[in-house]
Amino acid sequence: MKTENQKAWLFVLPVLLLVAFNALIPIMTVVNYSVQETFGNNVFFWQGLDWFEQILRSDRFHAALGRQFMFTFLILIIEVPLGIIIALSMPRQGMWVPVCLVLMALPMLIPWNVVGAMWNIFTLPDIGLLGYLMNHTLGITYDMTQDPLAAWITIVTMDVWHWTSLVVLLSYAGLVSIPDAYYQAAKIDGASPWKVFRYIQLPKMKTVLTIAILLRFMDSFNIYTEPFVLTGGGPGNSTTLLSIDLVKIALGQFDLGPAAAMSLIYFAITLLVSWLFYTLMTKDDAE
Amino acid sequence: MAKITLDGLRHSYLPNPSGPADYALKEINLDWQDGGAYALLGPSGCGKSTLLNIISGLLTPSDGRILFDGTDVTRLPPNQRNIAQVFQFPVIYDTMTVRDNLAFPLRNRGVDEARIAARVAEIATMLEVEPMLDTRAAHLSPDNKQKISMGRGLVRDDVNVVMFDEPLTVIDPHLKWKLRSKLKELHQRVRATMIYVTHDQTEALTFADQVVVMQEGEIVQIGTPVELFERPQHTFVGHFIGSPGMNILPAEADGQRVRFQGHDIALEGAVTGSGGTAQVGVRPEFVTLADTGVPARVRKVSDVGRHAVIEAMAGDTPIKAVVDRTDVTQGSEVHLAFRPDQTRLYRDGWIATEAAT
Repeated sequence: MKTENQKAWLFVLPVLLLVAFNALIPIMTVVNYSVQETFGNNVFFWQGLDWFEQILRSDRFHAALGRQFMFTFLILIIEVPLGIIIALSMPRQGMWVPVCLVLMALPMLIPWNVVGAMWNIFTLPDIGLLGYLMNHTLGITYDMTQDPLAAWITIVTMDVWHWTSLVVLLSYAGLVSIPDAYYQAAKIDGASPWKVFRYIQLPKMKTVLTIAILLRFMDSFNIYTEPFVLTGGGPGNSTTLLSIDLVKIALGQFDLGPAAAMSLIYFAITLLVSWLFYTLMTKDDAE
Repeated sequence: MAKITLDGLRHSYLPNPSGPADYALKEINLDWQDGGAYALLGPSGCGKSTLLNIISGLLTPSDGRILFDGTDVTRLPPNQRNIAQVFQFPVIYDTMTVRDNLAFPLRNRGVDEARIAARVAEIATMLEVEPMLDTRAAHLSPDNKQKISMGRGLVRDDVNVVMFDEPLTVIDPHLKWKLRSKLKELHQRVRATMIYVTHDQTEALTFADQVVVMQEGEIVQIGTPVELFERPQHTFVGHFIGSPGMNILPAEADGQRVRFQGHDIALEGAVTGSGGTAQVGVRPEFVTLADTGVPARVRKVSDVGRHAVIEAMAGDTPIKAVVDRTDVTQGSEVHLAFRPDQTRLYRDGWIATEAAT
């Protein structure tokens, strides 16, 4: 039987205060907006759960949510295997290690709006390196400002370029922590390269991969800056992800109530999926 | 199972070794007999793990050949040599059950399932791990994990040699003894050639029929535990084996006459060779307190139970003696006598007396 030590609260309290100011209080103001209607001048009317109902029933929200899940699904299914493959082919020792690590880290160091701007210019049909090459040299019509498919290919490629490194670096950290004896034992046991991956490398990478997937899920699900700068949600609404739609409602139309309700639903979905994923991934270890 | 021959084996980790100092292994010629239990004993960094990795094929030697039953395997990778190796830290396939772990080396070689089941059951019985066969290996305690690693090494019955690289390092002391006797028992049952690398003399002496002592990339002596204890071929062996180690005393050798601090020392046999740095070696077990002999002052008395270890200073040379009496007090003046048939001369570290007949 453990004795309860109430003193621990004293140590937690300062952090609770900090969290209150940087998270709880801002969220509570959003909660406040989400149940009221305002016409300006700081006059509010009680609205109950109407906004939530309205958002959850709206086709516009469903479409944005669908695009959001599609985007996250696409980037995860590309970035995770690609990241693992790159990590596996990186050298484990020698002078190329730091070179590879720096090259891998570079895309992540670039500010997000710069990434968006870079890819925008890169893909412009008339002046962009890629855009010009595709349209004028190879003769393939490629214009992300006109063609939804081109826009999707561009934002997914941009995210893969920007964030695969994260999966690579985390997987690599998992890989280098495997003692040589495991590889030697596998050799002596006569294991094939596939079995080495399946029974040694993958299990040892599992923890870091869980973190990588979780981070990539949250970040891509909440992504805003890069697609905003790159496509602005267009052409039409084809790349209007949840966050972009949310900003359109909140700042474009200045519908504070619906925007607040939507952001709470958005938050709840992110939290729910993260929790489900984490619970499923760590269930094995707890048994 | 096979006889293993090491022929002129040398290894350097440097690309262009120039002098002997660049070699982790200097010229090894050795035969390991089929079915023997060998220990490879030496301090950390003496090259014993290098030698082991060369035999298993994880390393390719710079020079020399390795023969299994006369067939040259120097260039063969580990999986084609049909050997097994147990490492210092337990290697476990975390996601598999204990049963699948034990079956893994057999499955990789395409052995049929009925045969695998029989072998796994047999090994599990030997190691006393049957109750945990269907649990996930990740959740085992370190000693059980190491047992499973050993089991994977022993599960194939056609291996040429099973090698153990300091396998008891991570095991609790009270379990060490148990696992060690288990290994000894296993060796008697399976009769496979086993090579056991360790820096712990107790482990080496209890496990092996033959102990190979290494120092700085060289083999200094090969012998049974008794031979190593009684007649060390090199002062290093005298020091390294036995607790406390052999007394090594500076001496003057002049023909057949050997003196230590002016006292004539009687030796086991005739002195051989000449020149070099002469030293007299005698184990503390064969140093006694006497009325005449080398005078010394007692500096320390440690009562270790059945006997006492006395450390006395003869001039500025410390000499240790293992005696039954504990009435000697610190600071008292004593005379030390060396039993002649256990007293030897060493020249530049190597033995330089003929054995007593």
